[in-house]
Amino acid sequence: MFSSSLKLAGVTALAAGSLMVSGCGGQNPGSAGGEGVSGTVTVDGSSTVAPLSEAAADLFRDVQPGVNVTVATAGTGGGFKKFCAGETDISDASRPIKDEEAAECKAKGIEYTEVIVANDGLSVVVNPENTWAKCLTVAQLKTMWAPESEGKIKNWKQIDPSFPDVPLTLFGAGTDSGTFDYFTEAINGKEGASRTDYSPSEDDNVTVQGVTGDKGAVGYFGLSYVEQNPAAVKAVEIDGGNGCVAPSKETVQDKTYKPLARPLFIYVKHSSYKDSEAVRSYVDFYVENEAKVAEQALFVGLTPEQKQKAQDELGSVAA
Amino acid sequence: MSIATDLRPNRSLQAGAKSGERNPKAMVFLVVLWLAMFIAMTVLLVLVVTTLIEGASRLDLRLFTEYPASSPARAGARPAILGSIWVIVTTAVLTIPLGIAAAVQLEEFADKTNRFNHLIEVNVQNLAAIPSVVYGLLALAVLTLLRVQNKNLVIAGATALGLLILPVIIIATREALRSVPVEIREGSLALGATPLQTMWRQTLPSAVPGIATGSILALSRAMGEAAPLLLLGGLVFVSFDPNGLLSGFTTLPIQIFNWTGRPQEEFRVLAAAASIVLLVLLLAMNGLAIYIRNHFQRRW
Amino acid sequence: MDNLTATQPKAGSRALTDRSVGPHSPSRRPSLITSVRRPGEAVAKIVLRLAAWLTIVITVGIVVALIVPALEFFRQVSISDFLFGTRWAPRFADASFGVVPLVTATIWTTAIALITAVPLGLGAAILLSEYAPPRLRAVLKPILEILAGVPTVVYGLFALAFVQGTVLRDWLNLPTGSFSVLAAGLVMGVMIVPTVASLSEDAMSAVPNSMRQGSAALGANRMQTSLRVVFPAALSGIVAAIVLGVSRAVGETMIVAIAAGGQARIVTGPLEQGQTMTGFIANAALGDSRVGSIEYDTLFAVGLLLFMITLLINFISIRFVRRFREVY
Repeated sequence: MFSSSLKLAGVTALAAGSLMVSGCGGQNPGSAGGEGVSGTVTVDGSSTVAPLSEAAADLFRDVQPGVNVTVATAGTGGGFKKFCAGETDISDASRPIKDEEAAECKAKGIEYTEVIVANDGLSVVVNPENTWAKCLTVAQLKTMWAPESEGKIKNWKQIDPSFPDVPLTLFGAGTDSGTFDYFTEAINGKEGASRTDYSPSEDDNVTVQGVTGDKGAVGYFGLSYVEQNPAAVKAVEIDGGNGCVAPSKETVQDKTYKPLARPLFIYVKHSSYKDSEAVRSYVDFYVENEAKVAEQALFVGLTPEQKQKAQDELGSVAA
Repeated sequence: MSIATDLRPNRSLQAGAKSGERNPKAMVFLVVLWLAMFIAMTVLLVLVVTTLIEGASRLDLRLFTEYPASSPARAGARPAILGSIWVIVTTAVLTIPLGIAAAVQLEEFADKTNRFNHLIEVNVQNLAAIPSVVYGLLALAVLTLLRVQNKNLVIAGATALGLLILPVIIIATREALRSVPVEIREGSLALGATPLQTMWRQTLPSAVPGIATGSILALSRAMGEAAPLLLLGGLVFVSFDPNGLLSGFTTLPIQIFNWTGRPQEEFRVLAAAASIVLLVLLLAMNGLAIYIRNHFQRRW
Repeated sequence: MDNLTATQPKAGSRALTDRSVGPHSPSRRPSLITSVRRPGEAVAKIVLRLAAWLTIVITVGIVVALIVPALEFFRQVSISDFLFGTRWAPRFADASFGVVPLVTATIWTTAIALITAVPLGLGAAILLSEYAPPRLRAVLKPILEILAGVPTVVYGLFALAFVQGTVLRDWLNLPTGSFSVLAAGLVMGVMIVPTVASLSEDAMSAVPNSMRQGSAALGANRMQTSLRVVFPAALSGIVAAIVLGVSRAVGETMIVAIAAGGQARIVTGPLEQGQTMTGFIANAALGDSRVGSIEYDTLFAVGLLLFMITLLINFISIRFVRRFREVY
């Protein structure tokens, strides 16, 4: 009986071991005849930009299966903290790097290049059953989200008397999110200034979920999340002073979607780009194929001028 | 309500068996009890059925061969399945020998009257009931202390889960050792073996089925855990197979959590499909444990 | 022979190191020493001791790991602000660290879970222990065990998609949003049913049959026997089971992280959303908390509070278990 238990243990271990080995083996075949680049690329940062980096990683794996790309979403701010500590190769960002963050990177000796990878229309969304809020002015948004409104503004009627008496439930980005920084600066006038009694999340998917289930809900996140979930949420037109403008590829690229049209970046560490062939080939692929990547991830791509600028910047790094 | 009240002469025996099992109150009670059991089982059934229905359409080979992707049509759970296997095997290798050793010490060799050993016993019982998320915090703190930056490593996840199930393995092993009759040990000692030899050659082998059952159940619990791994930075888009103890990884529960958080309907379907795979794996493990218990357990 | 029986307490729990009696006693030891002390044995014994002490190291490790950052936290936030403050906004510029909102959400989910689990669990336990014949037990018990084996993420998905979405919103048309403590609490309750049921059933099975037979002899039917004889006799075990269920509900993370919501607010009704202590830890883990920052320390302060609450609950439960085990 002892021996049959031993046998059982032995067979299980053998099975598990062979599974593990097969897992190993299936991973580095090297492309047929190509250079067969291998290595890891660590990407972290904005959850707005993450779907784009993931789509790039997806498409890139077809070309270079030996490269392991991980994409995490600690938020733009969180991503920069890790980036300036040298932990990541690439930082996804939905806003430009702040001065304090740049100083931190400089102090730690991290050199980087800011590369624009897409355009975004930061969209304000409501529940599909919301029939009254078709267009909101910046002033109305400010009433909704300003720090002074905490605990006070809890009903749609308080935003505009013509709106029905429906409780207002707020979902939005968390404090580590570049979307949070950008939105608060554009709407409330000061970066980081926001009421705190809402459901914050670094993960925009959670915000979508929140808005979908609640009739009086409102949230904000990047346009790609609206495009990914057309049945779940409805984007509101924004009146930035020149009339109501809906977010779309055109209005984002020509910047008529004010004040919430913004560029999206990746920050590439110079040492990674120069020393790691995996990082270099991934980033080059990312920028070169940005139109295809943007299409897969439902993002607004770059204008030809933006793309040229990005490629020039990368070229100067390699040189 | 003591028994004393029932000493009253039972008039209803003459009135016609109303106090027996046919008493309407007693029958209602029985119905209520069955209802309780029924509700619990129904919820389980509904859970399994809804998950099956939801996930059936994506329960295909792609789930096992594809990597996670931002578009659900291309996504699969391959790294998660392999990651789960890697982590569970590593956890088993780390924890089972340690758990058995600790249990043997506590059960066979320790002086039971010693207060310190009694403290260890109580301590193990407490450890078994601590929330899993606290073990994640422990692992996070230790790794921070060791200045490990990228904490999403197979070995780190295995350690966190191992700490979680160690008390359970110790308790199960002790139960198994306790069920081995003392005559076995005495016979061995009578033949001149040392206590250690007795333990290694007689007691432990006799307890193996119980130990195996307990360990497999504990491992299946570890396989279903997500909270400790979240704290190690587990929610990462992983697009490769794990390839070593220091490799990045993801597990099925983490992948399901990831997909549950995505609002697109197709990711819900994927989450349900991955849940089915996880449930089947767990069912297999539990079934194995029960089989071992039923077929190898000696009735002393 | 008398020597052997005299030194024998309960089966299997004898300390084997007592060499003053038995086959190795000085009077019986043959002149040829058959058990030569082998060097490997000394090493093995040390290894075993170390393994047992490891469990103490783990507990100490948990306490230290939680306390060090928590102390740092309490250096910046006063304990009364933490325990009694009603605004929880630790990551904002205008930060507050009052843990009351998290605690209210935890209380709501735990209470709903208990209201669900205790009747169902006790009902199943009485059924299995007092009514079911052995063959039925052999079928029903494993089914209950399966409830305990479902991973909590799967329960969470079920709570969000089916209970909250389909049942509460669509079928019952209740005024609730995307998350609620009710959905999370109900599903958590079902998850705890096996815990409550199996420990209660153990307690009830431990009640000697003679008491049941005595009750039947006096003319009681099974309902009266279960409720008036077995139940009170097994009460400490049943209380232990319920208390253990509370502990599991308080410590549960995934179900509440998925289905209860992410907004730290004071919860006043079951249909509202809220963030529990464990939900906060899970959500905070998804972001980034630099070591040494207040966000990192906040994580451990809440963790410490959680640990202490569950420790207290577990102590109470173990006390009750010991009482019921002693009586019989």
